[in-house]
Amino acid sequence: MTYSGERILLSNEREGQTSRFRLWVVAGVALASILFQVYIPRHLPFLGFLEMPLLVTVYFALVRRSQVSGLLVGTAIGLAQDSLAPHPLGMFGIIKTLVGYFAASVGVRIDVDHAFIRLLLGSFFYVFHQVLYWVMTRALLGRPLVLDWPRTVLEGALNGVVGVALFVFLDRLKVRS
Amino acid sequence: MESFLNRYRNITVLLLVIMAQLVLLAVDAKVQGVPLIRVWAVTAVTPMARLLEGVRSGSSGFLHNYVLLKDTNDENRRLKADLDRLKMENIALRNDLNTADRAKALQLFQAHTASKTLAATVIGTGTGANSRVVFVDRGSTAGVMRGMAVVTPDGIVGKVVAAYPVASQVLLITDPDFAAGVTGQKNGAHGTLKGQGTPQCKVDYIPFEDRIEAGEMLYTSGDDRVFPRGFPVGVVKSVRDAQPFKEVMVEPSGLQHGLQDVLILIEGVHQAIPDVAPGLQPIYLAPPPPAGGKPAEAQSPAASLGTEADRLRGQYQALGAAENHTYGQNPAGARPPDFTRLGAQPAPSTPPVSAPAPAAAKPPGPPPGETPKPVGPPGGGQNR
Repeated sequence: MTYSGERILLSNEREGQTSRFRLWVVAGVALASILFQVYIPRHLPFLGFLEMPLLVTVYFALVRRSQVSGLLVGTAIGLAQDSLAPHPLGMFGIIKTLVGYFAASVGVRIDVDHAFIRLLLGSFFYVFHQVLYWVMTRALLGRPLVLDWPRTVLEGALNGVVGVALFVFLDRLKVRS
Repeated sequence: MESFLNRYRNITVLLLVIMAQLVLLAVDAKVQGVPLIRVWAVTAVTPMARLLEGVRSGSSGFLHNYVLLKDTNDENRRLKADLDRLKMENIALRNDLNTADRAKALQLFQAHTASKTLAATVIGTGTGANSRVVFVDRGSTAGVMRGMAVVTPDGIVGKVVAAYPVASQVLLITDPDFAAGVTGQKNGAHGTLKGQGTPQCKVDYIPFEDRIEAGEMLYTSGDDRVFPRGFPVGVVKSVRDAQPFKEVMVEPSGLQHGLQDVLILIEGVHQAIPDVAPGLQPIYLAPPPPAGGKPAEAQSPAASLGTEADRLRGQYQALGAAENHTYGQNPAGARPPDFTRLGAQPAPSTPPVSAPAPAAAKPPGPPPGETPKPVGPPGGGQNR
């Protein structure tokens, strides 16, 4: 099934093409994204704004078009990220679970192969992620975290741009039927 | 019921997973300890981070030593490649020198501090969105425990928040969750240093009436039971009077030169806070080399050693010897020495026995055989 560049909304859920990945590919990409987060900002601090685990979560949720699958991938990646962060376990887990669920819900209705849509979704989910983290940090942990809106929006746009390129690369890892 | 679950299967799974994680979050926030999942994650990730670091340094060396010299047939290109290689080597050597300097500074600090320390290398950063957390390559198998202080010769860096078998997680001084007791050097004002998530930190709970000035050095007070007393913290950048506490911003000295190698305080020992700011402490300077490359031993010891009283005593002794006069013996009819000739006599060739040791008249220097290089004071940066 091919999509024209003009169509964005899918007429029904069945029109969407579900992509499949080998399990080791999903695990490897998720681990690589975590490793990126741990290692790269140390040597290239200017890349610290990138939230690779989030982009990977969004990608797998979008292309799998399954809400359960999306939220489980988000949970796994989020908990792994939590394990390497100083805050209690579950913060990133809950956020990425929600991101995975909502991204999969969007993927059911929208043509997620469209680059512009990918850009928008990458940016939107980054801002959503940061806002939710801010809310949960203040509400659940009672810590006075400051949310820098202009910076968050700008970083969201940059993550969206990187996400478009990353999604193209990850498309090559799909199982070809 | 079955159709209901089928219809709302996705949202049910979502709610269950969220609830489970909320429980996990609550338990993890309440229970002090390291959950197994964290041990697994760190054990899985840190060896890869080490591997990546090795690959990076190895490939960097490969790039410098092989790839850049591969196309050397053409003479001009070869010369250019040689030039490039030399430049890269120069950078690499400078980096090596910096590394050696850091290692030497750490060794000197380790030798001079009373605390028992363990050297560690930073191998990665934490994944928190706003957290300032790093991983170091020493873990519980090396004796690291949660709550231990992490310092550099320049100042405190953070504290260990989790110790895994092969690595440890260090909360940096700039993290919003960080806090430490500090005291001012000049006026002894006590406060609590807190991270801001920015390069500067804030000091809370300094009462309005306490005195603290911009430029004043802060040291750990030891009140927090994490950092021993007397370790440098940073320099006060600004002080604003407010009620009931002053608003004080501090630039941490421990992070000024990047974060590569650190020391974990295995057993902290409280130490005195120096009276003088580290940058103002006297630094021993070796004498300049003699002009013309001749050794300085040609000079008379008497001319360079001893006090003015010793010099005068030598002159009187020389005069007495020249006129065969023994001081203290003055028989009747004996001729007194001609003191008008005092000063015309040559100085004795050996210094007086009672002359004070030369070292007592000089600032303290390094032990024999050691290059007199000052230890860089926190924030001073002389050894960088």
